[in-house]
Amino acid sequence: MALLRVLLAAAITCAASLAAAQSLEDLVATLPEGSYDDRGAVVAQIAGTGDDRALKVLESLLEGDLEVLDSNGRVVEIRSEGRDDFATDILTGEDYGEVPSRGSSRIRVNNSLRRDIRAAMGTMTLRHPDPARRLAAAQAAFRSPDPDQAELLSEALAAETDPQVAEALSRAVAVAALEGAAPEAAQLEAVAVLSEMGNTEARTILAAAAADAEGPVAEAASDAVRHIDQMQRLWGLAQNVWFGLSLGSVLLLAAIGLAITFGVMGVINMAHGELVMIGAYTTFVVQEAIRSSFPALFDWSLLIAAPLAFAVAGGVGVAIERGVVRFLYGRPLETLLATWGISLMLQQAVRSIFGPNNREVGNPSFMSGAFELGQMTVTWNRLWILVFALAVFAVLLFVLKKTPIGLQMRAVTQNRAMASNMGIRTGWVDAMTFGLGAGIAGLAGVALSQIDNVSPNLGQSYIVDSFMVVVFGGAGNIWGTLAGAFSLGIANKFLEPWTGAVLAKILVLVFIILFIQKRPRGLFAVRGRAVDA
Amino acid sequence: MTKLTRTLFGLGAATMLMGTTAMAQEDTIKVGILHSLSGTMAISETTLKDAMLMLVEQQNAAGGVLGKTLEPVVVDIASDWPLANEKARQLIEADGVDVVFGCWTSSCRKSVLPVFEELNSILFYPVQYEGEESQRNVFYTGAAPNQQAIPAVDYLIETEGVERWVLAGTDYVYPRTTNKILEAYLKDKGVAEEDIMINYTPFGHSDWQTIVSDIAEFGSAGKKTAVVSTINGDANVPFYKELGNKGISAEDIPVVAFSVGEEELSGLDTAPLVGHLAAWNYFMSIDTPENDAFIESWWEFIGNEDRVTNDPMEAHYIGFNMWVKAVEEAGTTDADAVIAALPGTEAPNLTGGISTMLPNHHITKPVFVGEIQDDGQFDVVWETDDLVPGDAWSDYLPESAPLKSDWVELECGNYNTETETCGAE
Repeated sequence: MALLRVLLAAAITCAASLAAAQSLEDLVATLPEGSYDDRGAVVAQIAGTGDDRALKVLESLLEGDLEVLDSNGRVVEIRSEGRDDFATDILTGEDYGEVPSRGSSRIRVNNSLRRDIRAAMGTMTLRHPDPARRLAAAQAAFRSPDPDQAELLSEALAAETDPQVAEALSRAVAVAALEGAAPEAAQLEAVAVLSEMGNTEARTILAAAAADAEGPVAEAASDAVRHIDQMQRLWGLAQNVWFGLSLGSVLLLAAIGLAITFGVMGVINMAHGELVMIGAYTTFVVQEAIRSSFPALFDWSLLIAAPLAFAVAGGVGVAIERGVVRFLYGRPLETLLATWGISLMLQQAVRSIFGPNNREVGNPSFMSGAFELGQMTVTWNRLWILVFALAVFAVLLFVLKKTPIGLQMRAVTQNRAMASNMGIRTGWVDAMTFGLGAGIAGLAGVALSQIDNVSPNLGQSYIVDSFMVVVFGGAGNIWGTLAGAFSLGIANKFLEPWTGAVLAKILVLVFIILFIQKRPRGLFAVRGRAVDA
Repeated sequence: MTKLTRTLFGLGAATMLMGTTAMAQEDTIKVGILHSLSGTMAISETTLKDAMLMLVEQQNAAGGVLGKTLEPVVVDIASDWPLANEKARQLIEADGVDVVFGCWTSSCRKSVLPVFEELNSILFYPVQYEGEESQRNVFYTGAAPNQQAIPAVDYLIETEGVERWVLAGTDYVYPRTTNKILEAYLKDKGVAEEDIMINYTPFGHSDWQTIVSDIAEFGSAGKKTAVVSTINGDANVPFYKELGNKGISAEDIPVVAFSVGEEELSGLDTAPLVGHLAAWNYFMSIDTPENDAFIESWWEFIGNEDRVTNDPMEAHYIGFNMWVKAVEEAGTTDADAVIAALPGTEAPNLTGGISTMLPNHHITKPVFVGEIQDDGQFDVVWETDDLVPGDAWSDYLPESAPLKSDWVELECGNYNTETETCGAE
């Protein structure tokens, strides 16, 4: 790494002296030749020309849009429209029109070349009008610290107005100061800045400084390292809790529908996972329709898909209940076999309609990426899924406790004969309850399509987890499902760093077996048909 | 079932059986295709079945083999390995096939091996695998570890300057053996114990938060870090999604994968993955006339220009052509004659070279390292100068280093060069 940096610096100085001799035109013409390392040297020289067009050349190269035309050997920028490619000369801007397929060859970039390009672009974009570009430049400078650039960075920092960019710049200045022979006061200040930053990257730099520097700087650096270690332990704890909540929210979504069909009604529904899968495929179909007809609505696709997934999965659920399950009440073994058969049929049906391959379900923009919360990174999709899971839970609770249909469901569950005598159509309530559970499974499918494969096997991977959560939480009590999902999620995530993912899962299962021995009715036992039957 | 219907049924079955055997002797040669068309592996294996059907159709259009037409016999093993064993027996005994192309997982191969030995038939296995095996009746047209894993690691050391390694895999035999070989190889190269992190996850793992943040943490220690992924099929999508969402780009921590090809990427938005790597012996994007022709005929056969081609398909292409040549050379489809004729047989691969079947029943292949592009294709960033001969027994594991496979001179798949005996484990 150090060697590379020296080489790069040498190349830049070398380029500066040759700038007069080698014009941008000559350099661009030599880009397609040689190995990646040769190309890296040319990139540094291009950055050194000071030509206004250099930035555009480098950007285009970074994007992989730079190609050489077979017909006239010119270096062009390629623009795709549908299946056709169009070329414009990168230097003169001359339009060469459409390029026949395989009529040009791309100037290849690999990861190390991309890093070189970013480093070379860094100094050129420190004063770019776009704050995002300045931020990228500051971050690039932080990653490849160069004491020679310290002054340049300080100037940029003084002129910076955007607080986020200013912060990144001050870090870059700090690293450059520690790397070079800056005065002691500046180095101490740099240590303070990095200590504030507090992540592993800063810790690595500070640890190196603690070993290399002398006197107060070394002392301050090792203090800072200790401070960071302490903070990181705390943040590590917070991070595990967050991961646990996030895993718990996925478990909750997968299990909450089952908490109704299995927990409240006592039907062992092995096709539950497939109802989740149907929800995910509904999302896929909605997204496909939006992509082809209304691309502008893409960010709304999940909101549109949610009610549809509820309806489709709920409809399939009602059909399963009316067609099969209602003939098998009170015969759990037969129900288990029949619903398992249904799950295989649903899987193969989806495989025949949509093919065995994974389907691509995109993330809407508000669910992509992550944000920093102190020292932890929170991804948006996980956060939204947690919110969604809690919302579904709240709505379900409302339906069960505050609506007439909820009242009837509870009545039928607690005493079917008496409910029937009171004039409740128990058969209809059974179908609606099963449909509600199935519909919620469909909603889970919408959320899971954002983090997992949408394939015919999607459901299988969740069925065991779902039963685990419902049994652990206590069948018949949806608060138990909530508590069960989150405690299992958090337990799993705290075990995982110590034991690895495979053993963590096994340990959780062993724990549940022991727990069920002690408390066969789960965390929160309730009385109901499921228990009394 | 009444007695009468049973008799009738039996009679019918017997006549059918006689009919088919009689036909097989007359004018067709039967080719068995043993892949999962349902269950978890259907995602990968259905394509291979289609590719085989296309190859058979093309061969028939070109006049068949030995003047006879080839007749494909397709069976579905439903991702169920004991079932694969039964189906293999059915193919060879009941259907009378002369050669079988099939299996994806190592478990499938291990399950059908005894059948092929007992009934003395031929299996062509098209997928990259962990090595440490060489059987008389099996021809391995996928990559052995020295044709995929080792060159990929070399690339990362030489070009990317990687010093710290995460070996992440799904918890089963292929990743465990490959990682054992890689760990030994890296330590040979002077990588310290604390610079290697090994991590296994269950099949279909979908919650990658902890592992991805561990990787990010491991990678921020000031040394260039890379992930070598032997994560199996389905678990890859959530893994890459988590990487993308966490903002870990290929420039920071590149991931080189051995089980992610064009087919797996087709279910994924690849924009956040640009620059991550895969090592294979074939990429769809490789620009040769043979590959262009293959892709054209694949699109025409399948009737969809969005379908991709991948490495195991090429392995079947090479294996099938080798078998055709060997049968023509032997003048018969008799298993012993074909097994004897296959070593030394040459067939063109799709990347512009000529692959050869070696005496250890593996083939020579070029190795490519490709970077993922935003269109779901790979761009080759590195390739070996020459074809690499497949090595059945890894030289980096102490227990397999002295072993050697040679079915031509030694007539042995695991000959111990130290004790000079065959069959040593």
